Amino acid sequence: MITVLAVHFAVALVAPFLFRRVGRNAFYALAAVPAGSFLWLILQHDAVYAAPDAPALLVPWIPDLGLELAFRMDALAWVMSLLILGVGALVLVYCARYFKNKDSNLGGFGAQLLAFAGAMFGLVTADDLLLMFIFWELTTVLSYLLIGYARTRLAARRSALQALIVTTAGGLAMLVGLIMLGSFAGTYRISALLQQAPELVTGPAAPVVATAVVLVLVGAITKSALVPFHFWLPGAMAAPTPVSAYLHAAAMVKAGIYLVARLAPGFAGTDTWLPVVLGLGLATMLVGGYRALRQTDIKLILAYGTVSQLGFLSMVVGLGQPDAALAGIALLLAHGLFKATLFLVVGIIDHQAGTRDIRKLSGVFQSSRALGVVAVIGAASMAGVPPLAGFVAKESVFEAFVHHAGTGPWGVVVLAGVVVGSILTFAYSARFLWGAFAVKDGVPVTRFKAIKPAFLAAPAVLAFLTVAYGLWPAPVDGWIQPYAALFAGEDAADAGHLALWHGITPALGLTAVTFALGLAMYYGRGAVARAQELVPGWINGDRAYQQTIGALDDAAVWVTGRTQRGSLYFYLAVILSVAFLLPLTAILLAGKPLPADLYVIDPGSPLQLVAGAGIVVGALAAVRANKRFLAVLMVSVTGYGIALMFALQGAPDLALTQMLVETIILVAFVLAMRSLPAELRDRTGGRYRVVRIIIGAGFGLTMIFVAIYALGARVATPVSLDFPRLAYDGGGGLNVVNVTLVDIRAWDTFGEISVLALAATGVASLIFVRGRGDRIRSSGSVDEGTVGRLAAPAHSRDGAALALSRRFAASTKDAWLVAGRTLAPERRSIIFEVVTRLVFHSMIVFSIYLLLAGHNLPGGGFAGGLMAGLALTMRYLAGGRFELREAAPLSAGALLGIGLATAAVSGVAPLLLGGEVFQSAIVQLWLPVFGDIKFVTSTIFDIGVYIVVVGLALDVLRSLGAEIDEHFEEQSDAAAGTTPGGNA
Amino acid sequence: MSVNLTLLTVMGVLYACGIYLLLERSLTRVLLGLMLLANATNLLILTTGGYAGLAPLFAKDTDPGAYSDPLPQALILTSIVISFAVTAFMLGIIYRTWVLARQDEIQDDAEDLRVAETPSFDAEDDAVIPEETSEFPLPAVEPDAGGTILAGARQMPAGEAAAEERPGSRTTAPNQEGGSE
Repeated sequence: MITVLAVHFAVALVAPFLFRRVGRNAFYALAAVPAGSFLWLILQHDAVYAAPDAPALLVPWIPDLGLELAFRMDALAWVMSLLILGVGALVLVYCARYFKNKDSNLGGFGAQLLAFAGAMFGLVTADDLLLMFIFWELTTVLSYLLIGYARTRLAARRSALQALIVTTAGGLAMLVGLIMLGSFAGTYRISALLQQAPELVTGPAAPVVATAVVLVLVGAITKSALVPFHFWLPGAMAAPTPVSAYLHAAAMVKAGIYLVARLAPGFAGTDTWLPVVLGLGLATMLVGGYRALRQTDIKLILAYGTVSQLGFLSMVVGLGQPDAALAGIALLLAHGLFKATLFLVVGIIDHQAGTRDIRKLSGVFQSSRALGVVAVIGAASMAGVPPLAGFVAKESVFEAFVHHAGTGPWGVVVLAGVVVGSILTFAYSARFLWGAFAVKDGVPVTRFKAIKPAFLAAPAVLAFLTVAYGLWPAPVDGWIQPYAALFAGEDAADAGHLALWHGITPALGLTAVTFALGLAMYYGRGAVARAQELVPGWINGDRAYQQTIGALDDAAVWVTGRTQRGSLYFYLAVILSVAFLLPLTAILLAGKPLPADLYVIDPGSPLQLVAGAGIVVGALAAVRANKRFLAVLMVSVTGYGIALMFALQGAPDLALTQMLVETIILVAFVLAMRSLPAELRDRTGGRYRVVRIIIGAGFGLTMIFVAIYALGARVATPVSLDFPRLAYDGGGGLNVVNVTLVDIRAWDTFGEISVLALAATGVASLIFVRGRGDRIRSSGSVDEGTVGRLAAPAHSRDGAALALSRRFAASTKDAWLVAGRTLAPERRSIIFEVVTRLVFHSMIVFSIYLLLAGHNLPGGGFAGGLMAGLALTMRYLAGGRFELREAAPLSAGALLGIGLATAAVSGVAPLLLGGEVFQSAIVQLWLPVFGDIKFVTSTIFDIGVYIVVVGLALDVLRSLGAEIDEHFEEQSDAAAGTTPGGNA
Repeated sequence: MSVNLTLLTVMGVLYACGIYLLLERSLTRVLLGLMLLANATNLLILTTGGYAGLAPLFAKDTDPGAYSDPLPQALILTSIVISFAVTAFMLGIIYRTWVLARQDEIQDDAEDLRVAETPSFDAEDDAVIPEETSEFPLPAVEPDAGGTILAGARQMPAGEAAAEERPGSRTTAPNQEGGSE
């Protein structure tokens, strides 16, 4: 069984290539797959029917979820497969003459059709509820693609989507039902489930089981287009006719019927089953038949006819009696045969005549008698005329319903309904034949091209089978009997037999009534049509669907419009309000007392109060500031205050790092914001301001309480009590914080420096946009005093000051800084240059000291890197961008890369030496000058950190400093209209 | 576990000010708000260390409880440097916004506002489908019926529209999904 499935899907995969090579004849190759499988199936007959247990196949799939590929080929599956594979092969053969050779979409279409056949086969042979559901949804998706084949046409797109939405909605309900069933029964195996069914239906969980079964039926109802979801099937007639023949007559819509048939032996006894199946089935049968009589498109006549027959089928199959089961499957087979025949006939008419409109068709029978004969056989079988398959099946169905009528008044109603439905069926069958083939008064004879035999072959074979089945129903009877025997009960032997002649029975009488009234309706078709026109438009399922979808769209737009306002302020306000109101409510509702150990003044460092006051003042001033740099400065005040707080708390590393960072940030701010106006926009006032104050204050207050309760709830001993010992013994360092960073929690740090590299790259790409700014030239090629020239009118105070400063600073010697001479004289400060010259190298040495000593004393890679960054900042501020280039000849990108690589290597290297990632080793050695040295390998990691931080600082300077300088100069040059001298 | 109210109060004020600035329209103020929030969070982490203590530099005779807790410190150190990187990145954004749009303010998203006004009529869903009775229309299908019809979102001559509706047609309206491959 798996092989059959696998071949279907595998050939579907290569189908597009096949079509590219041989064109539409590739359909013959595809048809060979279901045809071969069909032969295999015939050979399986004895295995299926001889053994007491049907052949099954079990392949574990996802054992953790209890999913398995469970297949089982019992009588029902076998009969269904016969229909699916047989009709599938014939339809594929038919396609080879139906489509144009040059259609480039054929490859995908053929693949989908073949895959669909495979999915249907999987669906009927699956013995696992979830596996069956997967195939079920596969057919839904493939049917979407197949209906939407003519994707340039609105009708095809829309009806494809409609079919998808309706059947998927039902599929969802079904999935819920299947899971309920599976979990209550404790098994998803269908065969096991059906064995348990009697206990489930009568057991304590009976209401749950009944609900689950109804949900599953919803899936079947949508798939098989029963009222009230019948509208998608006529809509799906936008599909190419072979698709309609296969999906909407023989295969997919039968999936729902199959599901009903599969579950009926076990669950037909639940309270809700019969009302749903019989009620909806009957309604569908009548609505479909009634509407089929109103159609003028022969394909739509068939479509509504199919709707009607599906209702009919679900009633019979769902009745839950052995005779009905036999009759139902017999009818299912007969319907598959004649409806596929008729659809294929419609396709041929459309193909040869260019229309399917019965008001335009005339005299087709004269043009092609062979086609006419095939169609007459199909339609007569549909109407139930002997000696065809339809008659045999319908005879048994009538028997079953006559039998059922004995159960009560509802049985009689159902029987009457079925007879009325059959009369309608007879009438629209006749109308179909008349509409498609008859010579009509006043309509010119349709031009009809001759039909090639290969085109007619598929419907002819199906028509032949219809006749054969009618004349010799015994084999079919034998195929279905084992299924009918599943319906337990004292009258199990009552299934009866399919036969052409049962003798004079009530059923035969009903057939006679059907024919008589059906013929009457046909001959009185004018009166029928007039009567139908008098009836006002009934509730239209299609329109209801449109309105539902429309309302859904409107609701979506409404919700989106209310929530997605495009205002960051709005979003943040909502998020932050929730963020503080939720915990606040929880705290208030919990009503726990405050923890006992609260203190305001830390006995160890009372000065915290002072530092705290400073921070509070800074923060409030930052909020009130109206000047950009004032606000920045005030935020810096809080930053420095926090550095002080760190120091008071006993965290020298933090204090050091925070000081350095605050300083660099301050410089970065000044560099980045020099082009922005000094004034900040007026703070948003009014109502919004009050809201902001409330949210801010509420958030702050909530955080305080959350922190108090969270800290108060802490009971365990801090894990960090072990850190000092770990740091010394394992990490070989005295500075616990630094060892934590580079050893105990080295993974964290590695992640962090990766983020640093990313952020640095982000800054560079925001400013440079293209490239990474590694192209800056060396100072040697830059003319003296050309960088950053100010422009001022010659005869003004500014102009005079400029001239004066230029005279003072005219020095060609690189006295203090390498590239100081490149700077415009008015930009230079001799004092700053001197100080830089004096301090720079000391700072670099100090940064390296911080790096190396950090293992034992405050410092480390972060602090060291920041210190080096500050030194570079100083060089840049004193000597301009060419000075920066001289000070750091390596590009920032290279530094980031080297740093990350160093850190990574230090992490991986121990692995190669047999240790663990980021394991450190302590090396004791003696060097001539330094004496005894204790070197810990994690220092190498710290060096990586150092380099990354320097790279980050350099990137900030390059981007926010040097590159923005250049933007400025380009702008002022453009404004002055001159070519820059040394800057070209 | 002991709780330092001074630190928490300062933290609360920083959070309040940070949130207040975050809700402003000026990008610069938003960035400053973020920095205040980062500082507040650092203080929160610091508070988890409990009482102030000795700097965590190992000495053999010191009781581990006497140190200021080293674990929060390591976390804060990471956080400080990351905040620096984020601040630099935000500065880059502010500068670029200024260069591109000459403004330092967060604008409402026009696209979102447009979505809110989407009309309920959608051609793909709601247009009337012409009755089709054949997949193989003969070439005589009224090419010169004249007049224009509304096809999708545009007016087009009826003949052209009919040509598009034919199976295998390759002509589709520009910039419309679903049409061509």
